[in-house]
This record gives sequence, structure tokens and C-alpha cells, in this order.
Amino acid sequence: MDGVKKHFFSDMGIMLGRSMRHISRSMDTIITVTITPIALMLLFVYVFGGAIQAGTDNYVNYLLPGILLIAIASGISYTAFRLFNDVQKGIFERFQTMPISRSAFLWGHVLTSLVSNAISLIIIILIALIMGFHSSAGILSWLAVVGILALFTLALTWLAAIAGLSAKTVDGASAFSYPLIFLPFISSAFVPTESMPSVVRVFAENQPVTSIVEAIRALLSDQPVGNDIWVALAWCVGILIVAYFFAMRAYKKRA
Amino acid sequence: MLTKSIKVTGLKKSYKDLQVLKGVDFEVEEGSIFALLGSNGAGKTTVVKILTTLLKQDGGSVTVNGFDVASKPENVRQAISLTGQFAAVDELLTGRENLILIAKLRYLKNPRQVADDLLLSFGLTEAADRRVSTYSGGMRRRLDIALSLVGKPKIIFLDEPTTGLDPEARIEVWKIVKGLAKGGTTVLLTTQYLEEAEQLADKIAILHEGKIIAGGTLSELKKMFPLAKVEYVEKQPTLEDIFLAIVGKREGK
Ligand SMILES: Nc1ncnc2c1ncn2[C@@H]1O[C@H](COP(=O)(O)OP(=O)(O)OP(=O)(O)O)[C@@H](O)[C@H]1O
Ligand SMILES: [Mg+2]
Repeated sequence: MDGVKKHFFSDMGIMLGRSMRHISRSMDTIITVTITPIALMLLFVYVFGGAIQAGTDNYVNYLLPGILLIAIASGISYTAFRLFNDVQKGIFERFQTMPISRSAFLWGHVLTSLVSNAISLIIIILIALIMGFHSSAGILSWLAVVGILALFTLALTWLAAIAGLSAKTVDGASAFSYPLIFLPFISSAFVPTESMPSVVRVFAENQPVTSIVEAIRALLSDQPVGNDIWVALAWCVGILIVAYFFAMRAYKKRA
Repeated sequence: MLTKSIKVTGLKKSYKDLQVLKGVDFEVEEGSIFALLGSNGAGKTTVVKILTTLLKQDGGSVTVNGFDVASKPENVRQAISLTGQFAAVDELLTGRENLILIAKLRYLKNPRQVADDLLLSFGLTEAADRRVSTYSGGMRRRLDIALSLVGKPKIIFLDEPTTGLDPEARIEVWKIVKGLAKGGTTVLLTTQYLEEAEQLADKIAILHEGKIIAGGTLSELKKMFPLAKVEYVEKQPTLEDIFLAIVGKREGK
């Protein structure tokens, strides 16, 4: 309209290129994101593992799905941080006054979040392999796992976008992810929920992490996934839609 | 005939209960330098944000490059660029990468060449491949302005371009701004420094308590507010004298 050209995809590509540069220049963020999950994995496998009755001969296999979710939950706090920084430094305003697609900026950050989380997850899986993780899953199951993880990352990324766009301080921008990091501990990620006291158990069995963990675990061990995968997908899509709505609202308020 | 790049009439804006702009009117001629002068909190940044499509006005009309900012923001964005009050540069990228990024987003033919040329004319060639986080305040500001020139927009907004710079860096920025106007670019700048408006601007408008309380060329302003004591002292009134006289008179009544 009115001779205004639109380049949504190329604008987004340029934005993605920019934040990927940021990531490659601050590799410490990837290390920070991976180090805690790896430490937890070591701790649970080699220190607590002997005492935990998970009903499995390979505790690394049991543990890995939850560890991956913890990594994603801490990874997205950097997305919030990067967004917050762009808004604070006025770079966001510069882009907003330029003739570029309105949402390319946000989508650039979202794609960056997917890529950087993928890098962290690959690193963690490699360490898990060294620690004895093995999977009998076929290519389709692996694709399903990648799909669920990507969807979970996307959902949490939009949650992070709300924080990044509306936070008043850096701490506010990244603090929202702390409770998310704790969710896996009150789920079947480390121990079966059967061992928990009833109130905790009800919470654990009905929060998103448990179904996601169970679905991924089943897929990786080539077991039937049953209902869990649908519950997991419903949670991810639900969070995604709600978070997207509020993130867009925060974005429009800024723009 | 002179054409107007910017027309502002009856511009109003409030933040919740705080009425910041109470009917602001001014016009900027194409290829001229216009200074919006005001003290802290006068509403300069608010005016700039409305004119650059970042903020919606509550009332009044604003046209930039012939387009209404409220109904045709995309057309306005094609013609403008903003150097905000605080340098908007990407600290993790180098100076060169910053320029190339903006050149790509503007879909210029040869982003590298554009970057090289601007680095050279802004004296940043030596620092071009260093991360911006290592730049001094003056270098950042120069890069910031250079980023606004990528793609040669017709109208450039500079919000307090020299605040926080040392005198030498300030003079450098002045040179850049004068050069821009010579090249036909329209410049709207805001400043708290009377001297800066005096040095640079073809037209000056003083924003005070939500309105333009005086506007015109420097000599018009001097005529409008002749100061009694000036006749005794052998000195032309400076903009500072005029400013204080106007503000004083208003607050006195
Ligand atoms: N987002 C906002 N919400 C509420 N009040 C605001 C907001 N932005 C600005 N103000 C208020 O509006 C008034 C004008 O602010 P503005 O930033 O436009 O002034 P300014 O002339 O640019 O000042 P300075 O010289 O300090 O940059 C100030 O009193 C400021 O506190
Ligand atoms: Mg200001």
C-alpha cells in the first residue's frame, strides 16, 4: 500500500543474523545455560542416583528429559535479557522508526532463542551420551522429541518476550524464569511421582512438565507414549497462545 | 517557493494526568535546520517521538514529508531517521557491522561501501572493526548519527545530539549537522543549549510549559524581545538573555 515495500522474511533474516552474532560473541551465555543442567545431571546420576528408585536400569535415560527442560527454562531468560537490552538502549526505537516490518524485530529474537537453545541442548545431550545415555528410538521418535522441545521453547520464549518487553529492570527481565527452572523438580523429572506426599503429587502430576517429560521419555525409550503426548502438546500450545497474545500486547504498547 | 517538510498544528499529549504538550505549532522548511529549545522535562523528546511515529498524539495534526504521522506512519518512516537522546548503537557489534546492519535493513545496493564511506567521513575508520562497547562517548554519538544517515533520509531528527559531549566533540557534531543541511537534508534537533541553537539553527522555537512561547530566526527573536539593558551594555542579546527574559516574564505574571 502507498508504495511501501514489505520485506518481512528478509527483515527477520537480517535481525536473526544480528542476534546470532550476539550469541557467538557471548558464548559465556551458552556456557551459563548449559553448566547448571550438566551439574545437576552429574549430581543426580553420580551422587543421588544410587539412592533413587526410579525403576530403571539407566538413570541418565530417566533424567535427561527433565534436564533438557531445565536448560530451556534457563536459556530463555537470556532472550528476555536481550530484548530488554534492545529496548533500554534505544535500538528498538531506532528500528521502529525505520521502514521495516513491524514484527520482524520480535520474530528475529524468537528465532534466535530457538537456535541458541538448540545449541545448548545438543551440548547437554552430548555430555549425556558420554555419561551412558542411549536411546533405541527411531528417526520418527527423535523428530517428535525435537518437535516437542521446539514447541516448549517457543512457548517459553513468548513468555520471555512479555518479561523482556515490560520489565523495568534487568533483574525483572530475567527473574521470571526462576520458578520455571524449579518446575521440573516438582515433577516426574527426577523421581517418580508415586513417591511424593499426596498434595505435592497432585500438583506434580497435573503440571505441564510431567506430561512433557513422560512423553519425551517414552519416545526416547521407544515405549508407547499414550495420552501424555497429547497433554504435553496441549500444554505447550496453550501456553504459546496465551503468551503470544500478551507479548504482542506488550509489544504494541511499546511500539 | 519553500516547501514544508514538517507541519505541526495544535499538538497535544498527556501522560496520564500530566499534560506535557498543550497545543504546539511549528513548521520546518525543507533543507533547513530547526532547533526545538527547552529545559529538562519541557517535552522535547515527546515531540520528537510523535513526529517519528513512536508515540501517538492525543490531539492536533502532524505531517512529515507530506504524510500524516497518525494515519500514514509507514510513509513517514520512509523519509525519516531518528538519533534518539541516548545513543542507540549495538554494543556487541563493531562500528562497521552496525552500519552494515542498518544499510541492509534499508535494502541499499552496496552495504559495505556505504559503511566504508560513512566510517571515513565520521573519522571512525580506525575503530571500525572494534566492538562499540570499547568506544568513547563521542565516538558512539558519531556512530549513532552516522547510522541515521545510512540511506540518505530526507528528514533527520536529532534529540539532544550533543548532551554529554566535551566541547571538541560538540563542535564536530555541529559540523556534521551543518554539512547535512548544506546537502539538502532537513534537520530537526532539540537542545537545552541556547548556544547550540544559536550556532546551528535557521529557525528556533522555544518550548516551555507545553507551548511554543517564541519562534523564528535568531534575529527575529532578538527583535521580538529587545532587552532594555542591552542598550547600555554594548552587546547583542544572546539567545540565553532572550530565553531568560521570556521565561521570566511569563512566570512573573
Ligand atoms: N512514558 C512517560 N510516562 C509518564 N511521564 C512521562 C513519560 N515520558 C515523559 N514523561 C514526562 O513528560 C515530561 C516531558 O518529558 P520529555 O522527555 O518529553 O522532556 P524533554 O524535554 O525531552 O526533557 P529532557 O531535556 O530531560 O530530555 C516530563 O515531565 C516527563 O517526566
Ligand atoms: Mg528528552
